[in-house]
Amino acid sequence: MLTFTLRRISLFIFTMLVLTLLSFSLSFLFPGDTVINHSGQINATASELVQLNKAYQMDKSIVDQYGAYLTHILNGDFGQSMASQSPIRNEIIELLPATIELSLVALLIAMVVGIPLGFIAAINHNKASDNVILSLAMLGYSIPVFWLGLLAILVFSIGLGWLPSAGQISLLFEIEFVTGIQFIDILLSDSPYKWQAFSNASAHIILPACVIALAPATIFIRLSRAAMIEVLAASYIRAARAKGLSFQQIIFRHAIRNALIKIIRHVGLQFANLVTIAMVTEVIFSWPGIGRWLIESIYQRDYTAIQSGLLVLSCFIFIIHILTDFIYAALNPLARGNQHGS
Amino acid sequence: MAVSTMSFKPTLPLLISAFVSLLTGCNEANKLSLSERSIIYCSEGSPETFNPQLSTSGTTTDAIAKQLYNSLIVYKGQNNTLGPSLAKDWHVTRDGKKITFYLRQDVRFHQTNYFTPTRLFNADDVLFSFNRILDKSHAFHHVSGGQYPFFQSIKFDELVDKVEKINDFTVRFILTRNDSSFLANLATDYASILSAEYGEKLFIENTPHKIDILPIGTGPFKLKDYRVGSLIRFYRHDLYWQEKAKIEQLVFDISPSKTSRLTKLLAKECDVSSYPIAHEKIAERSDLLLESITSLNVGYFGFNTKKQPFDNKLVRQAISLAINKQAIIDTVYRSQAARAKSILPETSWAYDSNTPEMAYDPVRAKSLLAVAGYPQGFTMDLWAMPVQRAYNPNAVTMAKLIQADLKKIGVKVKIVSYEWSTFLRRLSLGEHQSFLLGWNADNPEPDNFFTPMLSCSASENGNNRTFWCNKEFDQLLQKALKTTNMSKRKSYYAQAMAIISEEVPLLPIAHSKRFQARGTDVEGDILSTFGGISFYQASKTKLTSEPHNLAKPDKSKKVSN
Repeated sequence: MLTFTLRRISLFIFTMLVLTLLSFSLSFLFPGDTVINHSGQINATASELVQLNKAYQMDKSIVDQYGAYLTHILNGDFGQSMASQSPIRNEIIELLPATIELSLVALLIAMVVGIPLGFIAAINHNKASDNVILSLAMLGYSIPVFWLGLLAILVFSIGLGWLPSAGQISLLFEIEFVTGIQFIDILLSDSPYKWQAFSNASAHIILPACVIALAPATIFIRLSRAAMIEVLAASYIRAARAKGLSFQQIIFRHAIRNALIKIIRHVGLQFANLVTIAMVTEVIFSWPGIGRWLIESIYQRDYTAIQSGLLVLSCFIFIIHILTDFIYAALNPLARGNQHGS
Repeated sequence: MAVSTMSFKPTLPLLISAFVSLLTGCNEANKLSLSERSIIYCSEGSPETFNPQLSTSGTTTDAIAKQLYNSLIVYKGQNNTLGPSLAKDWHVTRDGKKITFYLRQDVRFHQTNYFTPTRLFNADDVLFSFNRILDKSHAFHHVSGGQYPFFQSIKFDELVDKVEKINDFTVRFILTRNDSSFLANLATDYASILSAEYGEKLFIENTPHKIDILPIGTGPFKLKDYRVGSLIRFYRHDLYWQEKAKIEQLVFDISPSKTSRLTKLLAKECDVSSYPIAHEKIAERSDLLLESITSLNVGYFGFNTKKQPFDNKLVRQAISLAINKQAIIDTVYRSQAARAKSILPETSWAYDSNTPEMAYDPVRAKSLLAVAGYPQGFTMDLWAMPVQRAYNPNAVTMAKLIQADLKKIGVKVKIVSYEWSTFLRRLSLGEHQSFLLGWNADNPEPDNFFTPMLSCSASENGNNRTFWCNKEFDQLLQKALKTTNMSKRKSYYAQAMAIISEEVPLLPIAHSKRFQARGTDVEGDILSTFGGISFYQASKTKLTSEPHNLAKPDKSKKVSN
């Protein structure tokens, strides 16, 4: 396990180095002055510019410049947003938790819905229910998310009036910012309307989370179906059947557990896909997350924000990826011995 | 990053319980208790400041003026007559140059987490508020830029000689001349009263700019929270000097996008929405109410009376007769405007119903044109403003309709349009022959329509782009300002309107309406014919009760708070 951990950590460090190198080079590729792209201080006075040039070591070699940039990033200094002139670090701390919350809920929905459906399809392999589930999965995967989001608002918010269409919570509730994860903040607050706020926040998350969950859920259906089919064909299942175990015993004791392990490996990969979908969905549902912020930054040509936003978001996805790897390794001792990584 | 990894595990059980609580369906019934006592208003933009003295923008005035502040006097009742507010009474000397206000003695300023007042409202606050505008050496005059656009436009500093404190609850304004619009100007939203005690506190703390960011006023609501571009949260001012507001919380959901305001309104995420689109869609819903109010404005078709052929009164009359105003109102305003008979809206107290109107009559127009010496017609240019305004939502379409109307009497129209600032600059240089523009009133004082738009002085350095100057007309306006006798003033303005109808320096087209949409559960007046909106009277009924008031209430007669 130790070598496994060390290998993952070194992979993380090197990937981050490449990512910072990329975001560092963006400052040169974006139009405008490099140091202003780094710092975001578009209204800097002459003396401030001198200071900035010194801080980012612009007069030295490119390697030194990269080193200075890295030091700033490691100190949590991402510069300031060109549009709002407030530190990007603060904006990210405010916005990232909302995206995390939304993505995790969506991931949960995708897994809770997708995996059992895939299992059912695999168990009924080549029967009608298998075909129905597979075609639904194909259909769900083909629907573009921006269209689905608008359709969901049209039907469930405007038409039926069941669920709200915008934001994280009704503006009537004042929830103090502690962790940024709305549900935790609500529970921590001492508002007399705590439980109303809680159910209101739940109502707000349902539509965007379901819209995001659709595409990953269809992938989970196919993954779990394939995994289950493979497991059911394995020799230990045949052995179990020969020993006279009932069908239910075989599925619940042996098949599901072994199939799940195969799926967990893909969760990290799917998460990256899910965050991309979440960014578009945040715009549609006015969700105050980092995806919407990043897309707005692109509109506003806020290069500093684009650069840092990309770095933070990719770092976040990478951490989730590594986490799922760890969970997979913890559950499956075979993976730890793998010499070539995964 | 630490947040993300740590939060993963505790979130899951919470989320599950969230869905459980939803499934058990306990939410809607309880939520009513809070939402019943609150109103969410989808507004079209962020305010620039929290001090109404500093801005004339409609968005800013709507958001702050009537919510946070009071003026000394207000317009009250159906006829928009002046009534008491922070001043319980006032007295004007015979020469009209000394105006004494007797102040209420029971008015409390807001108590918030950034300021706690220790005394009641008194004369010092009035002096502080007006001296800030008038006195260039006042400690607060130059705070936040030193620009007081409304007061500068009416030349307030030339009119007011000084403001005196007689005793703690009596204040006297000494004017340099008699001006009957003075009281009207004091009753606008811009003449709000700030707290002198708060000013002193900020001055000592060396943070004077906060007076315009963290406001303290006497109004029915106080500021709780403001996030730029996102929301403004007001709480009720429980110690308000009148009966307190009916709702406890007022939230402005700042949604600049028209479609997102509509979506939020349809999805019941806001109770009231400003400037809604898709009027038909809103009107067909039984749970929503589209209301409108004829604002004090006018959209008009003006002629450059200094240029050929519009220097001839007969030509102006002929062109005016040829224009089908009703068709313009049906098309450009989608029937949501009142046809203008004169420049003064019919809701104004000074409107005289006997004023003759230039009715649509193309036959007479053609014969007049022949009398004027243009039997074959002529070619003219028409300048259409490039921006949308309440008084003219689409000037280019309007210009095309006018083009079609005038073609019938043999006049060829070339439509000209420039970018807005260029348009206004070239207009002031008098390069145009005719133009489409409009006027929004700041107060119900009729003079606000006449003097800035058509007086001789305005033709030299003002908004009079017709360059029309009529001595008789100007004298009538002067006389009307010098007397306070309402019936006399009304007759002067009636004569002035008769001159406009005869001379036609411009053809008034429409007094447009301002729109607002709300859920049927929101009751009470919000819109007013002039000045900002007010949520003081607004309240909410239970969502569960059937919508009972589907009839459009008559909004044109509004009581200001």
